[in-house]
Amino acid sequence: MSARVYVPRDSSALAVGADAVAAAIAVEAARRGASVSLVRNGSRGLYWLEPMVEVETPRGRVAYGPVAAADVPSLFEAGFLQGGTHRLAHGATEAIAYLKNQERLTFARVGIVDPLSVEDYAAHGGWRGLRNALAMPGADVVKAVADSGLRGRGGAAFPAGIKWKTVLDTPAAQKYVVCNADEGDSGTFSDRMVMEGDPFVLIEGMAIAGIAVGATRGYIYVRSEYPHAIDAMTRAVAAARAAGYLGSDVLGSGKAFELEVRKGAGAYICGEETALLESLEGKRGMVRFKPPLPAIQGLFGKPTLINNLVTLASVPVILDRGAAFYRDYGMGRSRGTLPIQLAGNIRHGGLVEKAFGLTLRELLYDFGGGSASGRPIRAVQVGGPLGAYMPASQFDTPLDYEAFAAIGAMVGHGGIVAFDDTVDMAAMARYAMEFCAIESCGKCTPCRIGSTRGAEVIDRIVAGRDRARNAELLEDLCDTMINGSLCALGGMTPFPVQSAVKHFPEDFGLAPKRKAA
Amino acid sequence: MSSQKKSDEAIIDGVLAACAGMDGELLPILHGIQDALGCVPPSAVARVAAALNLSRAEVHGVVSFYHHFRTAPPGRHTVHVCRAESCQAMGANRLVEHARATLGVDFHATTADGEFTLEPVYCLGHCALSPAMMVDGEVHARVTPARFEEIIRHAKEAA
Repeated sequence: MSARVYVPRDSSALAVGADAVAAAIAVEAARRGASVSLVRNGSRGLYWLEPMVEVETPRGRVAYGPVAAADVPSLFEAGFLQGGTHRLAHGATEAIAYLKNQERLTFARVGIVDPLSVEDYAAHGGWRGLRNALAMPGADVVKAVADSGLRGRGGAAFPAGIKWKTVLDTPAAQKYVVCNADEGDSGTFSDRMVMEGDPFVLIEGMAIAGIAVGATRGYIYVRSEYPHAIDAMTRAVAAARAAGYLGSDVLGSGKAFELEVRKGAGAYICGEETALLESLEGKRGMVRFKPPLPAIQGLFGKPTLINNLVTLASVPVILDRGAAFYRDYGMGRSRGTLPIQLAGNIRHGGLVEKAFGLTLRELLYDFGGGSASGRPIRAVQVGGPLGAYMPASQFDTPLDYEAFAAIGAMVGHGGIVAFDDTVDMAAMARYAMEFCAIESCGKCTPCRIGSTRGAEVIDRIVAGRDRARNAELLEDLCDTMINGSLCALGGMTPFPVQSAVKHFPEDFGLAPKRKAA
Repeated sequence: MSSQKKSDEAIIDGVLAACAGMDGELLPILHGIQDALGCVPPSAVARVAAALNLSRAEVHGVVSFYHHFRTAPPGRHTVHVCRAESCQAMGANRLVEHARATLGVDFHATTADGEFTLEPVYCLGHCALSPAMMVDGEVHARVTPARFEEIIRHAKEAA
């Protein structure tokens, strides 16, 4: 009997040698005359164990990791094809605490299925949401999304159902569905993991969206920094089309939905929805004024449903299990689950999908295992380059959109970057301004000029030149950027800067501010 | 490689033909040209503009807006080192300094022997295994200065 062995094709796994491990397993199997069928799956998201090799055994899948090509002969020696013990063995994959303690809805199949097999996707519960949606009036599908409480997972957390309803209610001969897969925030990789590990869930989510709002064309805009995701997504779209899940007659329903993968070109600003639409139209990625909303006048001037990848990939489970099933997870107005990404200086970096409500501390220490360096975690940045830096005193904040907003922070796309006590927070604040200057589209002055002036003012503060006055100037500049910028890039770059000054003034050579002035 | 090397013009026309009928086709066209020629040369701008009924300024404006597009060919290998926050938390600034010193060039520059072009990148999505870099589309994570030299040596030998 042929042993089924899984070696991830996820690009982070490739970045630590997964291809060499897969090749070594094939060579060693041939040398020993062992029959092995290799599956290149996505990553389970336990990245400190990558390359993590799994073997199918009568008692379920068992994991070995991190495996180097040089470990492969000893794995065969230890009988790993039968789940034998080895110093890299972790037992049953599903029993690993990091995975066992998660609530995977959107990521239910990532790391489990063969990402490019339409049949494997179907065998693991795929396409059920789409079949249900095809049997419902569009308005009912939109209502299910609204009732689930799903909010935009890209960062803005806008209720998805309202967006969908606006597109549904705007009559037009042509409408579009656009997936924002321009995942540019440092510390985030959940979009990439879905595209490389379970691309059909996105295709299904977009097809449901198209059928619900009456859009017959969809685009997936993927950043150029993700070549492996682009490749996987392109192949998955072709496979879904060949199997009848896309095209002029989706599953014989008479309804059309076509999908195309488009590649970005290295501009962070194209993660902003209106800049993304400009880019899709073949223009510079310049932010548009709103209104009109994209839902009314979006791509090529037509009503466009534009959502983040994780939002769209969360739709199939809602249509499959029902709005109430999804809504029952979470806290307050943050319903469902969030795929959280643990990154930076963290021992157990990876993907943790959990219902909203767990605290940063649980994520950093129970899941993350503390810092990778073994030093104390001094600050974390949540929500990408535009998210606030949070000190240890805020680690008990529950992951909830409103709880974060209340302390001037944001959940964003769910990326958490940890820094140990060697971090220079003034340098991180300066970097926030510098990044904004590099990536600004240039349309509005507070962002285009303010970011450069901001870096200069921080330099002067750090150099000790007229510190008090420059600190005041920085505060003033941040205020202008927040209130005067056209989009979130200029409008939120001050958040990491202000939070760094507020919580870590000593790094700027400033005295701590008195409380309750 | 065939002995008949296709002219740049023929390659550009081929890309234009392949993208005909697409909506918002300018980015796919520019990608196609850069994939084939290593860059979007100034001569391509006029040709693309004429084909799409755009002004040269409009096409140039798009080429210059996006960090990915370049107007001159890179070295034989392009090295992207991540500078973003997650990688900084794991020593990316040291790695960047090491890369500059080892290659003897700053960002956006090519080594004198034409082997390597060094570029910054702002996140490759391998943040759980920072710091990360990419050489000719091949990704590497948990990169130490010693590992950086290995990767560079390997790229040079593979050429």
